[in-house]
Amino acid sequence: MALLEIENLVVEFLTSTGMFRAVDGVSLKVEQREVLAIVGESGSGKSVSMLAVMGLLPWTAKVTADKMTFNGRDLLSLSDSERRKIVGKDIAMIFQEPVASLNPCYTVGFQIEEVLRFHLGLGRKERRARAIELLTAVGIPNPAERLSSFPHQMSGGQCQRVMIAMAIACNPKLLIADEPTTALDVTIQKQILDLLVKLQAEHGMGMIMITHNMGVVAETADRVVVQYKGRKMEEADVLTLFENPRSNYTKALLAALPDNATGDRLPTIADYFKDGSEIAGAAVS
Amino acid sequence: MSVVLEARNIVRDYHMPGGLFSKGKTVHAVKGVSFTVEKGKTLAIVGESGCGKSTLARILTLIDPATAGELFIQGKKVDIAKGDLTKDLRREVQIVFQNPYGSLNPRQKIGDVLGAPLVIHGNVPADERRERAMAMLKKVGLGEEHYNRYPHMFSGGQRQRIAIARALMLNPSLLVLDEPVSALDLSVQAQVLNLLADLQDEFNLTYVFISHDLSVVRYIADEVMVMYFGEAVEYGTRNEVFADPKHDYTKTLFAATPRADPESIKARLARKNAA
Repeated sequence: MALLEIENLVVEFLTSTGMFRAVDGVSLKVEQREVLAIVGESGSGKSVSMLAVMGLLPWTAKVTADKMTFNGRDLLSLSDSERRKIVGKDIAMIFQEPVASLNPCYTVGFQIEEVLRFHLGLGRKERRARAIELLTAVGIPNPAERLSSFPHQMSGGQCQRVMIAMAIACNPKLLIADEPTTALDVTIQKQILDLLVKLQAEHGMGMIMITHNMGVVAETADRVVVQYKGRKMEEADVLTLFENPRSNYTKALLAALPDNATGDRLPTIADYFKDGSEIAGAAVS
Repeated sequence: MSVVLEARNIVRDYHMPGGLFSKGKTVHAVKGVSFTVEKGKTLAIVGESGCGKSTLARILTLIDPATAGELFIQGKKVDIAKGDLTKDLRREVQIVFQNPYGSLNPRQKIGDVLGAPLVIHGNVPADERRERAMAMLKKVGLGEEHYNRYPHMFSGGQRQRIAIARALMLNPSLLVLDEPVSALDLSVQAQVLNLLADLQDEFNLTYVFISHDLSVVRYIADEVMVMYFGEAVEYGTRNEVFADPKHDYTKTLFAATPRADPESIKARLARKNAA
């Protein structure tokens, strides 16, 4: 049984000019212990579809799907209080801006222990011990002292490590990483990606890596879903995607990598699609 | 080839005054950096955050003075701490910032954004300002219909085009680009890089291109300088630096850059299956 199964997910936002469709019929599956990458540019609906899974969208959003199950449980019919028991425990998410996603008013220790108290009901001493263990696992030096640090006293990379520690605090079955390294330097990016891959293997988690960086996809994913304007363009395992991309959009995306530049000019998406209408027909499933 | 920009031993220190209980501290942000850039060429400056690349950019753009060292623009020595900064000099060097969402005034229409440099530098009449702004909009791939719009009506890539257009309004000889594409999507990044290459050909522009993305640097640069904790640890032509990195930090940087070719994916999957 797949860990996460989504069929025909549609997310619409209520705007002043009517409904705006951000995600348009996306289906995807994540197996146990699998790393799935969702690739697309901004506005492709990659974050929104995962926020829909987490139930973190604002009230203006209308989420419909033929099927949305996690570990056999239907996510669509869950009440809010039932969902809160799953989200943060069995499904955890890491966000793009590590510094902005931590609360500046509380120490990182408090924020990690909050997760442990809410979901696992651990006592004070156990919480502290587990928090130190978690910070050690994500590679923060002097974990016991760091518990009483505030987010502004740590670097961006360290904040992201704290976010990862919070996310894996309850040994989730599925970890959703939404552009976890976009705000970080390449050397730090490498460390964070290595850490995520290591934790994923150790804990046997399923992982969804949302990114627009093809390099990150190549370094982490088993399988890749390419999204464009809310639609799925292509789904393939990682090697096939890079060796034989089938959809024109994927080809355009790979050609736009400066690494693959052959001539003086970088090919852009527009070179592949002279008029925008072709793109809708270009999807292959 | 004429040298547009030359820096000799540029140093920049920041002094933090001490408080009641703490002593003052000095941060050495840039520790003696030297380089030359020839007309029509691109120098890329690479390094992680906090290594002094943006401090250097501010010195080159004549925003901040250097603590020590000499800066020559078009062969003329410039020291803004001594009041050498003239309007003519100011128009020679322009800058494009990293975040196109922060660098445009949300209450200023695009036409006014582009016209502002002309108002400051000389008496250009309103209709000529409008004409030149329109022409520049077309040069950077936008249209006349964008003249009366506000920044919030544009996407990130379009805003970066506007920022580039604004920088070019005064026909500068040197353009400092501080991470101009790092906030943009891959496909938009390609468009902006193409635009920069076209503009360089057309106006014979000289670029100082600051970035932490090595694949972009490899594509756009003629010469590369790698900075680490305020020092230039590696400086050479693109091919030299990429073929044979000398300093340990440069090697780390290359090793950390994710590779997107099938060979390295195969190697990774093999490692994973073996584990």
